[in-house]
Amino acid sequence: MARSPSGALAADLNRPGQHTWMHSIVRWLFISVSLTFLAAVLLAPLATVFAMAFAKGVSAYLHTFADPDTTAAIRLTLITALIVVPVNTIFGLAAAWAIAKFEFRGKSVLITLIDLPLAVSPVISGMIFVLLFGVHGWFGLWLQEHDLSIVFALPGIVLATMFVTFPYVARELIPLMQQLGNDEEEAAITLGAGGWMTFFRVTLPKVRWGLVYGMVLCNARAMGEFGAVSVVSGHIRGLTNTMPLHIEILYNEYNFVGAFAVASLLTLLACLTLIVKTLVERTGYRRR
Amino acid sequence: MSFKKPSMLPGFGLTFGFTTVFLSTIVLLPLAALVAAGTSLQWSEFLHVVASPRALGSYRLSFGASLLAASINVVFGFIIAWTLVRYEFPGRKIIDALIDMPFALPTAVSGIALTTVFAQNGWIGRYLEPLGIKVAYTWLGVTLALTLISMPFAVRAVQPALLEVQRELEDAAETLGAGRFYVFRRIILPTVLPALLTGFTLAFARAVGEYGSVIFIAGNIPMKTEITPLLIVIHLEEFDYHGAAALGLVMLAMSFVVLLTINLLQAWGRRRHVRAAH
Repeated sequence: MARSPSGALAADLNRPGQHTWMHSIVRWLFISVSLTFLAAVLLAPLATVFAMAFAKGVSAYLHTFADPDTTAAIRLTLITALIVVPVNTIFGLAAAWAIAKFEFRGKSVLITLIDLPLAVSPVISGMIFVLLFGVHGWFGLWLQEHDLSIVFALPGIVLATMFVTFPYVARELIPLMQQLGNDEEEAAITLGAGGWMTFFRVTLPKVRWGLVYGMVLCNARAMGEFGAVSVVSGHIRGLTNTMPLHIEILYNEYNFVGAFAVASLLTLLACLTLIVKTLVERTGYRRR
Repeated sequence: MSFKKPSMLPGFGLTFGFTTVFLSTIVLLPLAALVAAGTSLQWSEFLHVVASPRALGSYRLSFGASLLAASINVVFGFIIAWTLVRYEFPGRKIIDALIDMPFALPTAVSGIALTTVFAQNGWIGRYLEPLGIKVAYTWLGVTLALTLISMPFAVRAVQPALLEVQRELEDAAETLGAGRFYVFRRIILPTVLPALLTGFTLAFARAVGEYGSVIFIAGNIPMKTEITPLLIVIHLEEFDYHGAAALGLVMLAMSFVVLLTINLLQAWGRRRHVRAAH
């Protein structure tokens, strides 16, 4: 995302008027204020996660993952992400194809509606599914009669996560496909390729980095979502506890090593997400 | 005019159909349930829930702390963006990548980590304690958590705008005898002002709905350190769905008004900018 190449910065240093004492003071001030601010609100908390996780040694840290409730939480988070990310990816591809390849009325409304979940509080994102499928919800009675449960069970967690991460892939792909245009697809169709072949052989390779970018961000949010999932999950240990919810339970039980051990896994995931994101940006794909 | 312009590419029916059906089931239908549940209350019952002292206290904290956090982020977001765009220093690229950490880090992790750092015996909290500053379990902690999670929005909004400031203009102004501060006020600030407002808007919108990182550091005392999203959760846990939905509607409406105001301000700023250029 840093669009300034280092060359330009180096040239900058040789500009006249860049070596006055006033300039040096301002420069020094800006860098130190930035670094102090980031160190206090960002780096200190990150370091704390690992310091607390290993506060009682490596064996205590590893012991956390022997707890069946913890492994169940990790499994549930993985299952949720494995359902949500592919579904939202397919949705993102379909939405981007419809919006970027065709002109139709109400397109801007559709784009706004796709972005809507980003503007909604996570708690509200979870609540809407309780209102639909909870005991007193619209379909509550019907679900009860048919002995189905959505809220306080896996389907509710998946739905809430899907809502929260809904726009991530689509909002990467739509502008990217619009920018790349339709010429190559039209050429492929003219030369006799079918729709699917055109999609897989022409479009998909063109947008692959945008797709990876969107999926990685979608996955990070899906695995880390707290508010929305907290409302629909019911916090049943070993059954409907995802990793972030399990962190809350362990933390509230003053099991700090356990809470921060689980948190350390999610922190590593966040680091991995940022690394992939940076690598993708380095290929030349950038957010607009 | 027909609904869709003709095109030689296939797949419109399939992709458009799937998009709208999926959007309707996952996003629109559930949001409709919120509106229906919130508005099904009698007006007096609605007021009883959304204008109760506890609810008013939570709005004050949620909106106040979010405005404060967004303002802090406009100032520090500008400073950080400026540092990343204008200066070369060791570790600049790593810092640039780390700015997005609050996006990637689950909010529960940010919450427990911040609480630990700023608690009385934490790495930073222990130095603030003798000064009489309590961060964890006060409104200050709420503001801090909201500042952290909304920080990337401000930085990332300002960064591209700063890259577009024309250095030639700055140089020209300085050759003509303008001081550094004058250049900042008359050239740099007008160029990045829309971006600063956008950053403020995005940071505020994110902060006001935030739940995960706040509940750990807030202390959650009714009327004092209880945010509106938490009050919604409490209503839900008591199976008071209508009360929760009513509060949810108020939150949506209030953030909508704030965002609309800022968008209008921004449009006004753009018009003024264009007029000034003539």
